[in-house]
Amino acid sequence: MSYYLHTETDRTEMLAAIGAKSIEDLFADVPARVRFPKLDVPDPLSELETMRELLDLSESNAEAQHSPMFLGAGAYYHFSPSLVHQLILRGEFLTAYTPYQPEISQGTLQAVYEYQSMICALTGMEAANASHYDGATSMAEAVIMAYSHGREKRKKIVLSPAIHPQYREVVRTYTQGMGLSLVGDEDPENDLPDLVKRLDQDTALLIVQSPNFFGQIENLEGVAEQAHAVGALLCVAADPISLGLLKPPGLFGADIVVGEGQSLGIPLSYGGPYLGLFATRKEYVRKMAGRLVGEAHDKNGQRGFVLTLATREQHIKREKATSNICTNQGLMAMAATLYLSTLGKHGLRKVAELCWHKSHYAAQRIAELPGYEVDTSKPFFKEFVVRCPVSVAEINAHLFNEWDIIGGYDLSNDYANLPNHMLLCVTEMNTREEIEALVEALGEITTG
Amino acid sequence: MNFPADLKYTKSDEWVRVDANADTATLGISDYAQNALSDIVYVELPSVGDAFQKGDSFGSVESVKAASDVYLPAGGTITAINEALSSTPEVVNSDPYGQGWMVKWTLSKLSDLDGLMDAAAYQKYCDERKQ
Repeated sequence: MSYYLHTETDRTEMLAAIGAKSIEDLFADVPARVRFPKLDVPDPLSELETMRELLDLSESNAEAQHSPMFLGAGAYYHFSPSLVHQLILRGEFLTAYTPYQPEISQGTLQAVYEYQSMICALTGMEAANASHYDGATSMAEAVIMAYSHGREKRKKIVLSPAIHPQYREVVRTYTQGMGLSLVGDEDPENDLPDLVKRLDQDTALLIVQSPNFFGQIENLEGVAEQAHAVGALLCVAADPISLGLLKPPGLFGADIVVGEGQSLGIPLSYGGPYLGLFATRKEYVRKMAGRLVGEAHDKNGQRGFVLTLATREQHIKREKATSNICTNQGLMAMAATLYLSTLGKHGLRKVAELCWHKSHYAAQRIAELPGYEVDTSKPFFKEFVVRCPVSVAEINAHLFNEWDIIGGYDLSNDYANLPNHMLLCVTEMNTREEIEALVEALGEITTG
Repeated sequence: MNFPADLKYTKSDEWVRVDANADTATLGISDYAQNALSDIVYVELPSVGDAFQKGDSFGSVESVKAASDVYLPAGGTITAINEALSSTPEVVNSDPYGQGWMVKWTLSKLSDLDGLMDAAAYQKYCDERKQ
C-alpha cells in the first residue's frame, strides 16, 4: 500500500469542497482559550543534538548487555536471535494494525494464527487468543472470564501469595467495583493445599503461578480436579521458557493458562512493550476476551484467515462482553512467533535446560558460602531464593559498585516475612565466569 | 413468513406456547426474528433451575456479526433447555417454531402473558416494521 502527501492544491480543493477557508477554521468548536495554547517547552533540537542528549541519558543506566545480570522477577534477560529483530523491522509487520480487512491482511492474520497455534502447543491448551498487553493483564482477563463463565453468580477468587505481586495488584485494579472477593494471598505462607481448602461453591477461579514468583515449581497434580469438584475453574500462570522443559498446565487440567511472553525474544526495554499470553479450552472460547484469528475458506475454496468469533467483543456485545479489550500486542506476538520458529521445540528445550543447569549450579555454589542459605524446599527452574547475611540493598550495592554485577530482586519489597531475602535469576545468558564472579562477590560479605 | 395461529407473540419477537395445564410454557424466536438475524451460529441458554422475572433476558442468539438478547415475557423457573442448539444452532433458522424451541419454564403468573399479541396482531406488527 502506498501513501501520498497532500499538496497545497489538494488542501485548497478539499477546503473549498466543505466550505471552509482554512484548516484552523475546522477547530472553531474548540474554545479559543485552549484552541492553540502557547506551549512552554524548550526550543527544538536537531537530530544530531537529540541523539547526543539521549545517548548521554542512556549511558547513566546499567544494563544487561554490559553488566552480568542476575535480576529476574517477571522480566528476564534471554537470548534473542538477530533474525527476530531484523524481521519485525519490516514495514509490513512494524506498523500493521488490527487486520479488520482480511482481503489485505493475510500476512498479519496468518502470523497471528501461527502464534496462537504455537501458544496452544506450548501450554497444552485448545485455543489461544492473539495476546494481551502483558502477563499481569492476561491474569486480570482470566479473572473476568471466570466470573463471566460463572454467570456472575460466583464472587470469590482464590489466589496464591506466590503469584507475582504486581500481577495480583493489577488483578485488584481491574476488578475493583465488581463486588469480587480476592482471597488466599493475605498470608504469604499459604501454600497450595491451604488454598485448595478455601475452594467452595462461591469460588469462580483458583489462580496459581508455576514456576511461582520465587522460581519454585508448584505441584499441580490433582488441583484442577479439586477446583472442578466445587464448580470453579483453574488458571495457571506459566513462564513460557519453562514450558520447554516442564509438563504444560494443559496436561494438568488447567482451564486457562496465562503468562508473560517477554522471554520469547523480546528485549527487556526498561519494562515494555511485553506480551500477554492467554489460552483456554474450546468449551470456554466464547467467554474468552481478546482478538482471535481463525482459519476459513474464501468463496473459491482457498484457505484464508480472519478475525473470528467477533460477537464476543464489546463492539457487538457492549456491556455484556466479557471485557473491553479490543487489541493485541501484534508486533510482540510476531517477535515471539519468530523466536519460537527459529528455536523450534528442541532449541527451546535446550534454552530451558541451560537455565535449569546454570541456576542450579549457582545455587549450589552460593549454598556453600557461610552466611547464605538457599531455599531448596521446592524444586526450582531458573530463579531461587537466597537468605543473605545482610540486607539485599547492601548486597546489591556491593555487587554493583565493586563488581559491576546487577544483583537479584529484594523480596522484602513485597513480603514482610522475607527480610534479607534475594530472588536470584540465572539464564542461558549468564556465563560460568559471571556465576563464579557473583559467588566471589557475595563471599566478600559473610557477616553484618 | 410464518405466523402459527396457536402461539402468542412478544414485541421483542419471541413466541410462547402455553401448555394445556397452563402452568408451563415453551418459548423460541419467531420466523421474522430468525430471518432478520440471518445465519445463527450460537445460542446462549440459561441453566435448568434458573429463575427469572418478567422481562428479564435469559440468553442470547448470535449470528456472525450480531448478538441479540432473548427475553422471558413472564416470570418463572426454567425446567428444560434445548440442548440440541449447542451443536446445531442453525435449526433456529430452519424450524423456529418446532425444533428451534429454546426453553421451557414454569409460569409464576399466567396473567403476565396477557399483553402478548395473537398471530394476526403480530403479523400486522411485523408488516409495520418492514416499511
